[in-house]
Amino acid sequence: MLMTHRYAQQQKKPHLISLHMTSYPHAWQPTASLKNLKARATLLKQIRQFFETRDALEVDTPLLCHGTVTDVHLSAFSSQFSESHTGKMETLYLQTSPEYAMKRLLCAEYGDIYQICKAFRHEAAGRYHNPEFTMLEWYRLGFTHRELMMEMDALLQLTLGTEPAQKISYQAVFQQQLDIDPLTASVAELQAVAIAQNIDMPSGLPNDIDTLLQLLFSLSIEPVIGADVPCFVFGFPVSQAALARVNESDGRTADRFEVYFKGIELANGFFELADGHEQRQRFVRDNLQRQQLGLPELPVDEYFLSALDGGLPDCAGVAMGIDRLLMIKLNAKHIEEVMTFPISRA
Amino acid sequence: MATFSTNEFKGGLKIMLDGEPCNILENEYVKPGKGQAFNRVKIRKLISGKVLEKTFRSGESVEGADVMDTELAYLYTDGEFYHFMNNDTFEQIAADEKAVGENVKWLKENDICTITLWNGSPITVTPPNFVELEITETDPGLKGDTAGTGGKPATLSTGAVVRVPLFVQTGEVIRVDTRSGEYVSRAQK
Repeated sequence: MLMTHRYAQQQKKPHLISLHMTSYPHAWQPTASLKNLKARATLLKQIRQFFETRDALEVDTPLLCHGTVTDVHLSAFSSQFSESHTGKMETLYLQTSPEYAMKRLLCAEYGDIYQICKAFRHEAAGRYHNPEFTMLEWYRLGFTHRELMMEMDALLQLTLGTEPAQKISYQAVFQQQLDIDPLTASVAELQAVAIAQNIDMPSGLPNDIDTLLQLLFSLSIEPVIGADVPCFVFGFPVSQAALARVNESDGRTADRFEVYFKGIELANGFFELADGHEQRQRFVRDNLQRQQLGLPELPVDEYFLSALDGGLPDCAGVAMGIDRLLMIKLNAKHIEEVMTFPISRA
Repeated sequence: MATFSTNEFKGGLKIMLDGEPCNILENEYVKPGKGQAFNRVKIRKLISGKVLEKTFRSGESVEGADVMDTELAYLYTDGEFYHFMNNDTFEQIAADEKAVGENVKWLKENDICTITLWNGSPITVTPPNFVELEITETDPGLKGDTAGTGGKPATLSTGAVVRVPLFVQTGEVIRVDTRSGEYVSRAQK
């Protein structure tokens, strides 16, 4: 080999273009067409009318909060507040969903409420995600997750013109698509399914049940369900309960549901956990898990926990991504097509 | 070599997998609202050329591959190595048969080829999209055939065999698309 050294030492071309400054010459321009923005306005109006006829109150809760979400898979933006009344520098977090604040209103007995707001998640922008996005969240008193699924289906039929949704349990969808029972399968059995699905992970397949279930669900189930009508999946494993109640008749599952349509995850709902004590334990468990993963421990929302101690009325609640809903309505290929300025142009 | 986190993945990034440099073709971020996020990545192995799909946990890091493309002129072969030269610096580099592979049949002296280097050594040689080569042997065609319906095989100066229209004759120079191996036209004089 002759004289190869100079080539090896040549300056390499940069592989990456910074996310924050796109090189488009017209980066000042919106990425959504005027037609799509008009469709967005119409959609928001439809949603507000839907709740008006149901006597739910539109509310507006803080985006900037003292407490934040402890979920190990969620990451909030934080900022420093130097003008607090205590005179000390305070860390404030941009909310990842308005759930805690809205539940405080429920505890204050303000009744059925809904909110359309911005939510923030510290994650890479992608086809279906922008770090700042628009969320619809609502709570209905006296509803279980089943009744809320019906109401959500009605909203989808109204806004998207869809046929009645399909409803299937988490267990049944795994049995149907992958011929395995997610509630009883072992790590080895789930790994075998992943291998059969040609899932090749250079660093090795996960060796815990929840991550394996999430892997199989994301890669092998989500892309195929809800192709023609929205698909509601309910009864998630109790280890993935988040803020949902444990099911009364099958303690292995939680009363949590998700909605999928055309390969997109649209919404996540719960028959809400009302037990302040159990909620605190879940937060503590999250923070322990964060420690083990080398993630920062996060301040839990004490206002929320105090409110729960006073009692949350029986209710069900759900959060839905408005940008994604609009993507489906407009058959958009990328979330940028339905928002004025995505993060790269914000 | 630097490592790259999955959030830096994008088309064109070169990473090491299974001890082989790979080019990322597509990267899709899959994030459930609750739960672990993954990156589904389509890659091409740069030595074997295989295209594969791999899954990473988001946030994982992988080693980058020291891979770069250079534009070099083909000089000659000594039977074992194929020699190329940078026309600006006159530096030379030798690629072995494995790196040249099938493309040997498109190598013409002085043509500018793309040589992909891994840790400074050539791993692939890509000829220009179009090359002009002389026909050394082909059957005489029938008079009056201009449509070139069926065509006939023609052997070129490099040994490559391509189908050409019947009216093209031995001794003529033709233009060939190296990506498809198809005749394009007679070369302009």
